[in-house]
Amino acid sequence: MAHSQSLLTARAAGLVACRHCTHVWPAGTRTCGVCGSALSSRSHDSLQRVWAWWCAGIIAYIPANLFPMMKTDMLGSEMASTILGGVVELVQHHAYFVAFVVFFASICIPLAKFMAIAWIAVAIRRPRGSVSAHQLHRVHDVVEFIGRWSMIDVFVVAILSALVQFSVVVSIHPGIAAVSFAASVGFTMLSAQALDPRLIYDASEQPRHE
Amino acid sequence: MSSRHPDPAELVACPTCDALYRFAPPGPRQTASCARCGTVLFAPRPGAIRTVLALALAALALMTIALDYPFLTMNANGLTAQASVIDAVSSYAVDDMAPLSLAIAVLILLLPTLRLLLLVYVTLPLVFGGRAWPGARTAFRLNVQLRPWSMAEIFMVGVAVAMVKVADLATISFGPAFWAFAAVALLLAAKDAVTCERTLWHILRAS
Repeated sequence: MAHSQSLLTARAAGLVACRHCTHVWPAGTRTCGVCGSALSSRSHDSLQRVWAWWCAGIIAYIPANLFPMMKTDMLGSEMASTILGGVVELVQHHAYFVAFVVFFASICIPLAKFMAIAWIAVAIRRPRGSVSAHQLHRVHDVVEFIGRWSMIDVFVVAILSALVQFSVVVSIHPGIAAVSFAASVGFTMLSAQALDPRLIYDASEQPRHE
Repeated sequence: MSSRHPDPAELVACPTCDALYRFAPPGPRQTASCARCGTVLFAPRPGAIRTVLALALAALALMTIALDYPFLTMNANGLTAQASVIDAVSSYAVDDMAPLSLAIAVLILLLPTLRLLLLVYVTLPLVFGGRAWPGARTAFRLNVQLRPWSMAEIFMVGVAVAMVKVADLATISFGPAFWAFAAVALLLAAKDAVTCERTLWHILRAS
């Protein structure tokens, strides 16, 4: 692929690029003529939308940890377990690997995601070159890739409640935290998607010495 | 149009960092990445469209099996319980949690299936050398946008975790739907790995 000029951006060339199919159009074009997506050189409300979804995610994440994720009804006595409680239970069953997977997917990933998105959104506004764009870009990629996997716990509860239904002996029901946890994961996915990665590179627009 | 500035039709821009390039299709085994941010822009593979279509059709066929047959069977002290994928989806429907039930159905069944159908619609005419069908561009855009929300493979990991959790309570055996769904998850991943979105956009543009 031929380099047209050293690091000329589409915006600097008076063009607007489509983020879906890479085709470029004269600045001011509204929709991409190839794939039909809406065009904008930079989405200016990007950071606003990032923070809005981020807040929604945090708000939903709090009840997700406080209320029971799953209720086990065994011979008439009900046992409710939260997300953390479920991990502890797995450790007590000596299922260390699975405990680690659940702990990682439903506690580490969501928390790390909140911090990572906030860090990117703050770092974008810092003066040029204070944080390397490549680093921010890498973090954003990881967040987008791994964020979906937090949904594991919601699916686990769904499968268990479908499977363990032995009428009076033992049955498992989903708890209200499953709903708020699923919502939290969805909101943070939207938050990460709302970030326009081109803003990351705009923030560090200066000659690189590599 | 062509004698003035470089014609925008010959240019492409990196979707991640907006760097501008003159489009030159990479060779059959080559990959074109952005010099500024490293994003892979084009990675065409010979016969990729044919492979994608085959994988999508195979996944669709297996999906029908995954829906109908028992998924997991559980045995505990002489009691047997059976659950299909549909049961797992509708488990949230009790206790006033129907919206979550619907969301799960969308994430693990509806979206993966819809994405497969859209992809077949886009690639089928291309494989047979014809022009793309009307609306193919909209269909492909939808297929790409829905990608992060299609969670069949995450559901399979959830199944593995669930099995460990009930291992003490009961013995679990797999139904045909389990194997079918596992295969669907694998085929979906393979299909997404083979598809080079942006190369397909250039093909759709030309056709």
